[in-house]
Amino acid sequence: MHLQCSGVAPVAGEDINMDKPIISVRALVKTYKMGDVEVHALRGVNAEIGKDDFVAILGKSGSGKSTFMNIIGCLDVPTRGQYHLDGVDVSSLTKDQLANLRNRKIGFVFQSFNLLSRTSALENVELPLMYNKKITSRDMRERSLNALEAVGLADRAHHFPNQLSGGEQQRVAIARSLVNDPVVILADEPTGNLDTRTSLEVMAIFQKLNRKGITIVIVTHEADIAAFTKRNITFRDGKIIKSVEVNKPRNAVHELANMPVMVEEEEV
Amino acid sequence: MKMKNLLKAALRSLAKNKMRTFLTMLGIIIGVASVIAMLAIGQGSKQSIQAQISTLGTNVLMIFPQASSAGGVRMEAGSSQKMTIEDVTAITERCPSVAYVTPQVRSSGQLVNGNLNWRTSVYGVYPNYFEIRNLNLVSGSLFTMSDDRSATKVCVIGQTVVTNLFGTDADPVGSFIRINKIPFKIVGVTEKKGQNAYGQDQDDMVIAPFSTVQKRIMAITHIQSMLASARSEPLITNASQEIKDVLKAKHNLGPSEDPDFTIRTQTDIAAAATATSGILTILLATIASISLLVGGIGIMNIMLVSVTERTREIGIRMSVGARGRDVLLQFLIEALLISLLGGFIGVSLGVLVSQLIANILNWPVTITIQSILMSFIFSSAIGIFFGWYPARKAAGLNPIDALRYE
Ligand SMILES: Nc1ncnc2c1ncn2[C@@H]1O[C@H](COP(=O)(O)OP(=O)(O)OP(=O)(O)O)[C@@H](O)[C@H]1O
Ligand SMILES: [Mg+2]
Repeated sequence: MHLQCSGVAPVAGEDINMDKPIISVRALVKTYKMGDVEVHALRGVNAEIGKDDFVAILGKSGSGKSTFMNIIGCLDVPTRGQYHLDGVDVSSLTKDQLANLRNRKIGFVFQSFNLLSRTSALENVELPLMYNKKITSRDMRERSLNALEAVGLADRAHHFPNQLSGGEQQRVAIARSLVNDPVVILADEPTGNLDTRTSLEVMAIFQKLNRKGITIVIVTHEADIAAFTKRNITFRDGKIIKSVEVNKPRNAVHELANMPVMVEEEEV
Repeated sequence: MKMKNLLKAALRSLAKNKMRTFLTMLGIIIGVASVIAMLAIGQGSKQSIQAQISTLGTNVLMIFPQASSAGGVRMEAGSSQKMTIEDVTAITERCPSVAYVTPQVRSSGQLVNGNLNWRTSVYGVYPNYFEIRNLNLVSGSLFTMSDDRSATKVCVIGQTVVTNLFGTDADPVGSFIRINKIPFKIVGVTEKKGQNAYGQDQDDMVIAPFSTVQKRIMAITHIQSMLASARSEPLITNASQEIKDVLKAKHNLGPSEDPDFTIRTQTDIAAAATATSGILTILLATIASISLLVGGIGIMNIMLVSVTERTREIGIRMSVGARGRDVLLQFLIEALLISLLGGFIGVSLGVLVSQLIANILNWPVTITIQSILMSFIFSSAIGIFFGWYPARKAAGLNPIDALRYE
């Protein structure tokens, strides 16, 4: 059972690239061999994610969501199948070319933040730019500060990860993922370790970035969170079983605006 | 990654883990310092032995009569009376590779100057003895061959004798002393030579013309030994062979018969001494290599742990676009910085320790540029290899495997 998932652009006037998806996978298979046992993490996944799309991937634990994300993030390679990112056939690329692709086109956000410890927020955000030869030191500083500004952490630039809350660390990680102007940001359970309020803050940032034209794919277990995206894809046993558009995506900024009152009441 | 950024990243990561950096460096520091110090001691003792052997003279050959077996009882070497002044003449005339040859007799003598007295060895030799042994006079002049022919009672004395009979800094030239009650005129004083390889004071002696000592002091007709010098170092072997041939012919010995004398050359003595100091150097080098090896294992340990512990960091770097070679280069530069800095401190410490040994223990030490370069290169190689090898393994991982690593 193969399901075709085409992105539909809900925002008017931005559907120029619709015929050319950013992410396109065909018959993607990933099998882990553990001695004699074979684990079929992905069993033939077909999907297309268009420009400007904002997709949430749902599904039970072990259904292959992370495996899928790692492959489209070029962190892992599929056992079989094709993958085109922004028109490039990824399976034909060398390791170094994959590294370049990760550097220029993809921003990855992990559930566990994956920041360098004992390294300031600013330096963490600068990290992808270090591996981009075209960028000068001054540019590096400026762009990193802008990225931190975009996630609302400009004033914490010189703090170390262990001096930041989980939500702040995740925002630093998001700043790092967007500093290189990627075409797509991939986030594997970005709100998994965060409370409701900080989750909303993170979703607000993603919605803002998406509005600017960056394609975003997140993995989440929470239907609440998925409701902030434009499309929900559901995995089961290594396959996509459902792809539905979100009727009326929730707006994180609006909902946040209503929340502080409650928090202040709790504090009294 | 740009070189500047690489260097920055490496420095930052070293600064982030000061303790680990220091411990890694410590292995190199100790290894390098001990190699430098040990080699300095080995080299120093070798050189001092060589220097002492060179006080023997230049290209010296010593000829002793073979210990004679009188009625089956072996006598002390030199006890034979088979060597005569004719042997000396024959060598002078028939050995082209020999520059100088002198007969030698030695007696002990009781020296008296006024109410001071001193007991020492009195040597009877030709004036060319001073050429053979590179002995120079600081005061006065040498006795001559005509002094020898007429057995004149003149002598040259060493500094120790001067000190004991005349007091320090005295110039006794022209004075008379009594040797075994016979009055001798002092004509010269030798330059200070210090101790020889066996710890003997080389300035504690009296040198007088051969005939004077042989006839007037010892009253014998034979000579005890001969001292010769070859014209040049490569001719030592030739000289030895020529002397052997001449003496055998002179003593009516056939070519297959054993000689009744022994020839020892300076080369033989130097070879024996070098062998001894070689053993010492090997011993020291072994100790030093062990400490360098232990240091190397320490580096390996810390590097392995550090790379393993940083596999996740490697994964993070790769996930944002670091290529395998960027990761490798970063670790290589880190290892290089540690090795260079550690090597530098190690060399300084090694030099310091060597100087301390020289000053406190009074051991001769010589620090050679080679030992500095060698230990520096070797420890750097260890540091780089053990830093690079695990880093290469990590850099070859899939980013996701590096990220998942625990
Ligand atoms: N490195 C691995 N080696 C072996 N099996 C693996 C590996 N990674 C994942 N798997 C297996 O592949 C399947 C899919 O795993 P995956 O991590 O993609 O699930 P997931 O949907 O992300 O689950 P969760 O919601 O719990 O994160 C699981 O059965 C898992 O055990
Ligand atoms: Mg997962």
